[in-house]
Amino acid sequence: MSPEILPETAVAARAAEKTGVDRSPARARAARRRTLLVTAARVLVLVLVLGLWELLSRTEVIDPFNFSMPSKIWDQTWTWITHGTALGSLGEQIWYTLQEALLGWVFGVVAGVVLGIALGRIAFLADILGPYIKVLNSIPRIVLAPIFVIWFGLGPASKIASAVVLVFFPVFFNAFQGAREVDRNLVANARILGAGDRRVTFQVVIPSATSWIFTSLHVSFGFALIGAIVGEYIGATKGIGLLVAQSQGTFNAAGVYAAMVILAAVALVAEGLLTFTERRIFRWKPPADGR
Amino acid sequence: MSADIGPAIELRGAGKTFTTPSGGPHTAVRGLDLTIGQGEFVAVVGPTGCGKSTTLTLVSGLEEPTEGEVLVFGRPVRGVGDKVGFVFQQDATFPWRTVLSNVMAGPRFRGVPKTEARQKARAWLERVGLGAFEDRYPHQLSGGQRKRVALAATFVNDPEILLMDEPFSALDVQTRALMSDELLELWGGTRASVVFVTHDLEESIALADKVVVMTAGPATVKRVYDIDLPRPRKVEEVRLEPRFVEIYREIWESLGEEVRITRERGAADVA
Repeated sequence: MSPEILPETAVAARAAEKTGVDRSPARARAARRRTLLVTAARVLVLVLVLGLWELLSRTEVIDPFNFSMPSKIWDQTWTWITHGTALGSLGEQIWYTLQEALLGWVFGVVAGVVLGIALGRIAFLADILGPYIKVLNSIPRIVLAPIFVIWFGLGPASKIASAVVLVFFPVFFNAFQGAREVDRNLVANARILGAGDRRVTFQVVIPSATSWIFTSLHVSFGFALIGAIVGEYIGATKGIGLLVAQSQGTFNAAGVYAAMVILAAVALVAEGLLTFTERRIFRWKPPADGR
Repeated sequence: MSADIGPAIELRGAGKTFTTPSGGPHTAVRGLDLTIGQGEFVAVVGPTGCGKSTTLTLVSGLEEPTEGEVLVFGRPVRGVGDKVGFVFQQDATFPWRTVLSNVMAGPRFRGVPKTEARQKARAWLERVGLGAFEDRYPHQLSGGQRKRVALAATFVNDPEILLMDEPFSALDVQTRALMSDELLELWGGTRASVVFVTHDLEESIALADKVVVMTAGPATVKRVYDIDLPRPRKVEEVRLEPRFVEIYREIWESLGEEVRITRERGAADVA
């Protein structure tokens, strides 16, 4: 390298550095402004929708008895929070429903993952059970809820059962597909490196199927809540589903909506927890795919 | 390592016929006769898609021949043996394992205790120049670095037979030359017999003791050429030697014909 060139490259480097320093805060500002704008627009949409609802209801363009209005829903929610519901405290109802949904979800997920991986790995088993699973899947599973109430009574068991049947299938199909679509190279490599069938299943198939399985976990927790609520709605002694049924029975439209709002909040919190766990587990993934 | 000096790999009239998805038979290789001595570096060249890779899967035990016999150290191949290492064309590192854990995988699968496996893996990572990267995940590495991980993960098992299926074809030209040199160096430290499949004639001559030319598919051995270039070799330099060019011309005459046949067939398929 000749000495004449050196200062020149140094200057070029410095210039590049300078523009880099100048631009990045501007970019960051623009990005911040955009985030702010999006948030503001979101709030605006919410305010508009709620405001319109309230307005139409108060001016009786829509029937306030049937459609209720946001202020009444808020009052109802607040009453439930501060004074409890007719069935006991609100927290107790939420906890009841959540417990049923969680248990149903866990059982459904475990069964779905185990069977999905097993059938994905063992073609013989898949050939035998495949048609039956398709038949079971085609049953509208919500109609099983009344049967479960007859079988298992008004307690939590019937709600857990209906959550399980809703959760099982999406998880099963994803785990099955995940096990089927494992990169053949990875399996071949593992076998060359000395892994037997069991090791291939646990060290290659299951890790590579986890991203498939996680996709289904998001959807299926929603299903578990649906299962629990529908079960409660049909017959229960406690829970948010019963709250909905009772509100409906007393022509309390605000109560139905308030229960829905509470449910939505619960589902969102659960979803947030799941996303958090997923981020921790999938540290090995390139960030572009991780989203 | 076995004490006798018989051949490491023997293919006797080996052939493989697959069933295609449409149900018809597809013969990938037929009547393969090939003997590879212990410690020998053999490159297999042939037209694209002629069945070179199938030859490797037969030797590795991942697939069984539908006819003939494949012997490794005098014994017929039954399933994947523990003497074999295989470097694949595509990335076959486990994306959910760190670099160190990837290299540890082989010894761990073979029942080596954790601390010993970790020591061995660290030593090999050091040797391929990735000592500082042991906590990274594969997606955080470049293509060349991932290939090094694959090499370390293979060599850590002390394979006596090393099968390589176009291992460097996905790399850029410079990285490729560098990796070839490193492979020769790593191989020099072992006594492994190597079967290196490639469609790049230059690469095969630069690396190997023997170059096997395969016919257009269904493939069989057309001719075997001895490469009398002295070792140790530097891939970039050996290419410029007159003897290299001479050998290249000689083999290309044979290989070029098969490539033409494959191309004409391709053209006929399109038409």
